[in-house]
Amino acid sequence: MKSWQKHLGLVLPLLVVAGVVLWPIITDNVSARESAFTILKAIALASSLNILLGYTGYVSFGHIVFYGFGGYVGLYFVNDHGWSIWAGMLAGGIASGILAFLLGKAILRLRGAYFALATIGINEAMKAFANNFDLFGGPIGMVLNFSVYKAYGGAAEALKMTFYIMAGLTFAALLISHFVRSSKFGLGLLAIRENEDAAEVMGVIAPNAKTWAYVLSAIIPGMVGVLFFFKNGHVEPPVAFPLHSSIELLVMVMLGGQGTVLGPILGAFAYQGMRGYLVTSDFFKDIQLSVSGVVLLLIVLFIPAGAIGWLRHRIPVLRRVLA
Amino acid sequence: MKKVLFVLFTLLIVSSMLLSACGPSAEPTTAPPAETQEPSEEPVATQPPAAPEEKTVVIGFTSSLTGSQEVSSKRQVNGFLLWMNQVNEAGGITLSDGTVVKFDYKTYDDESNGERVQELYTRLISEDNADFLISPYSSGLTSAASIVAEQNGKVLITTGAADDATYKTGNTSLFQLYTPGSLYMSSTVDMLQQLDPEAKVALVYESDKFSTSVVEGIKPYLADKGFEVTLEEGYASGTTDFGPIVNKLAASGATVLLGGGHYEDGTALARTLYERQIGLKFVYLLVAPADTKFPELGDAALGIATSSQWELKATHTEEEAANLGIEWFGPTGEDFAAAYQAAYGDPPTYHVAGGYAAGLVLQKAILDADSVDPEAVKAALNAMNLMTFYGGIQFDTSEAAHGLQIAHKMVVAQWQKNDAGELVRVIIAPADVATNDPLYPVPTP
Amino acid sequence: MQQITLLLTSLPDGILLGFVYGVAAMGLTLIWGVMNVINLAHGPIIALGMFGTFFLFIRLGINPYLGLVPIAIAGLLLGVVIYFTAVHRVINAPHLSSLLATFSVNMIIIGLATAALTTSPYNVDFSLGGFKLGSATILGTRLVAALIAILVTGALYLFLYRTRPGKFIRAVTNNRAAAELMGVPSTRILALSFGLGTMLAAVSGALIATFFPFNILSGGGYELKSFVIGVLGGLGNPIGALIGGLILGVLEGIIPTFMETSWVPVIEFGLFVVILLVRPKGLFGAKK
Repeated sequence: MKSWQKHLGLVLPLLVVAGVVLWPIITDNVSARESAFTILKAIALASSLNILLGYTGYVSFGHIVFYGFGGYVGLYFVNDHGWSIWAGMLAGGIASGILAFLLGKAILRLRGAYFALATIGINEAMKAFANNFDLFGGPIGMVLNFSVYKAYGGAAEALKMTFYIMAGLTFAALLISHFVRSSKFGLGLLAIRENEDAAEVMGVIAPNAKTWAYVLSAIIPGMVGVLFFFKNGHVEPPVAFPLHSSIELLVMVMLGGQGTVLGPILGAFAYQGMRGYLVTSDFFKDIQLSVSGVVLLLIVLFIPAGAIGWLRHRIPVLRRVLA
Repeated sequence: MKKVLFVLFTLLIVSSMLLSACGPSAEPTTAPPAETQEPSEEPVATQPPAAPEEKTVVIGFTSSLTGSQEVSSKRQVNGFLLWMNQVNEAGGITLSDGTVVKFDYKTYDDESNGERVQELYTRLISEDNADFLISPYSSGLTSAASIVAEQNGKVLITTGAADDATYKTGNTSLFQLYTPGSLYMSSTVDMLQQLDPEAKVALVYESDKFSTSVVEGIKPYLADKGFEVTLEEGYASGTTDFGPIVNKLAASGATVLLGGGHYEDGTALARTLYERQIGLKFVYLLVAPADTKFPELGDAALGIATSSQWELKATHTEEEAANLGIEWFGPTGEDFAAAYQAAYGDPPTYHVAGGYAAGLVLQKAILDADSVDPEAVKAALNAMNLMTFYGGIQFDTSEAAHGLQIAHKMVVAQWQKNDAGELVRVIIAPADVATNDPLYPVPTP
Repeated sequence: MQQITLLLTSLPDGILLGFVYGVAAMGLTLIWGVMNVINLAHGPIIALGMFGTFFLFIRLGINPYLGLVPIAIAGLLLGVVIYFTAVHRVINAPHLSSLLATFSVNMIIIGLATAALTTSPYNVDFSLGGFKLGSATILGTRLVAALIAILVTGALYLFLYRTRPGKFIRAVTNNRAAAELMGVPSTRILALSFGLGTMLAAVSGALIATFFPFNILSGGGYELKSFVIGVLGGLGNPIGALIGGLILGVLEGIIPTFMETSWVPVIEFGLFVVILLVRPKGLFGAKK
């Protein structure tokens, strides 16, 4: 395969994300920028989760733990030690990566639902721990002083800046996702997904591969966490470790199609778009949760491979583009 | 066959959803949305005064239609809507240049979770052209909203956001109506000092943002007043079994309990205390006993005290304002309560009063500023020193804690039995507004 | 010495409560054992059971223990309905599908119930008094609830080992393909098992409502506890769930003796992860 053909699958994802990034810039609409931020955040998190869930086949139910933990660590340095947001994000990403490495060594031995349950337990244990950990403000959490934003030209400029950083992180997540998928390493992961024992026989060192996939899937969420808490101005345990958001991420990956680069992007876009619409719609807002539930159920039951999987199945020509 | 079943069930679910959507909606939209006019820049001098210009001011806020904060948040919104409808029905407010200002509102569901709060507030400001903002319910959500308000230079009147830290961020646009969390228990401690300076205090509280900051706030005050704290125990949110905690409490030798958190844990704790009868003289819990549903506990509610931002029985009066030499504004507490009861069929709680007061304070600030310009209104709020039925309103204007409420005082309420043997919530402190003597020590059955 | 007294005082509470937790977990673990599905709608169904007690007792004046019968029947039917609408199509799909399917049921129930009941708290003012046992107070409601929990477990045991449908359920648990070959109507048995699982959840909710306040979101906490218990006792092992429940109840009772109560969830979930790692089959072995 020619080298440019190998990267054909990256074109569409890049275009979609670029569209989301450019939409508020072109319309110069702050509200659109905020909506785009929410969508980009979802795309970055879902794409990261996809590395573990889609490529390796491990269902991480508590993936949000990396977002919360990294976010806490980064914000702690920004808030208490006056680090810049850049350094804070780096710290958050590294902290999440290390956590994933240590956890990965232990819990990736578990398979299927046992792994899923363990990740829930870790998220809940971490939330409860943050609630008791005084360095991170315990139950009160941390509130950022507005003067922190002054270094970036005031709150308005700082919020604008977070959007561009978010866009950068989303592109990074996307590139990681793509290069993992098109690398030999990624091939090993896919083999683990299909049959872990067979993969080992074929020479994939599964424990290592899985652990590194876990680490790769944790770094971007950690950085996103720092950025989001920085933007939100505060963090407290229930905000940092919402189990519900973990499940929403799974939904996004599932909606778009797991194991593809484009899938989580479309899934995140569709899911956040739908939720955003339902929450602000006059007709649905009282029962928006149930409506989301019904839509999700119908998709799980009737299009289990997600949008991309369905398209690839129906229109084989698209298989090369819809990687 | 299974397919048919499936389709049937899907239909069932969808139709039940539709029914619940069409049924008596929980959302109290009584106000016909007023025509939103283009915000005209300034009254043009050539206009004849005979045709007063009408301006609609849009107030934006998110509320929790779903999720854990739903009950309090809806009450807060109802209070606000009552104010808005009253003002609009009275023909709006008239500025000195003859402009009539009417109000409209726009709200979204924040799902009791901070994830979308900033997005929604930005939308309120930029899409819905909200002129003024009111906070969501709860401190965490308000923190997130405050940055957007600050960024856009919009006034954000906060109600239901007691935590002090939110205001100590160097903001210039927040204005708090609740007594800050750190002062929640101070009138209770003052009262205890009068009643029983030897009391041994146990602090047992939900370890969440609000309750912890209240307890952290009162600890130095307790030490200052010479009370011995025998137990300090946080419990996780969502704790339901209070047996072990109450046993620990009994073992600590405490005679007075200060603590609690929100509704569920508060009622569970009260119930456990009653079931175990460990002989405490006095129990104060946050939030739960202020709710109208608290007497569902039956006898377990007897003697439980709480502090309240507002109580009808201790409502503030024009006379009080005159004695203090400060300006009085707005309806009397009785009129407010009667209007609310008529509109919603419930007696108002302090969440309702807070929501109503948010509107009232904004109305007064617009009158004082004689303009709806945000900067002018901000200046009027900074200069405000007011008494309403809800209580005194004055904001800290220092840079360190801008917008913190400094005039509003909380009252201490206690569930006691009236002559007919019914549970009623009475005011026991501070002495100048108390309607009854404190039940101290609380009798054991 | 004082700590020991405190420990003895809190122990009975933990034990009694543990039985009720056990019933909730039994529902989860039964479904897991039979069809390898983790039912994420478990929590809302527990909450619906709580509301069952509330409406039957407060509105209709039916004794809460008598009310268990209609609640159990409704729970069984609801489970069968959920099985055919949401679970049946994904029963052979990867885990993620069934997890998300039951999660959407969770969203639907919570959304509808929030619109209808609000998330405001409810409280069933029901008491059977209590008595002192040494320094401990034993509450009537908890004692009766524990007894009922034991009865329910016994009944479930008899059902599984002495009746034909029960034997079918065990057969499907062991090996569905083989059971089908032997003429076991597997779809009906799966639906029945799912119904039994939700029935147990609803019953445990109904019992919990007699001593704790609740709202529609309360089930979530018990769902998480059920996971922990299920893993302690071995996923797919209903009797193990009862013992797991006891262990959790006792832990919750005694941890506050040694440290601040807010550490309870840290220990609970930490232990949960450790057990998963060290003995993923649970302390008493998972399904055979």
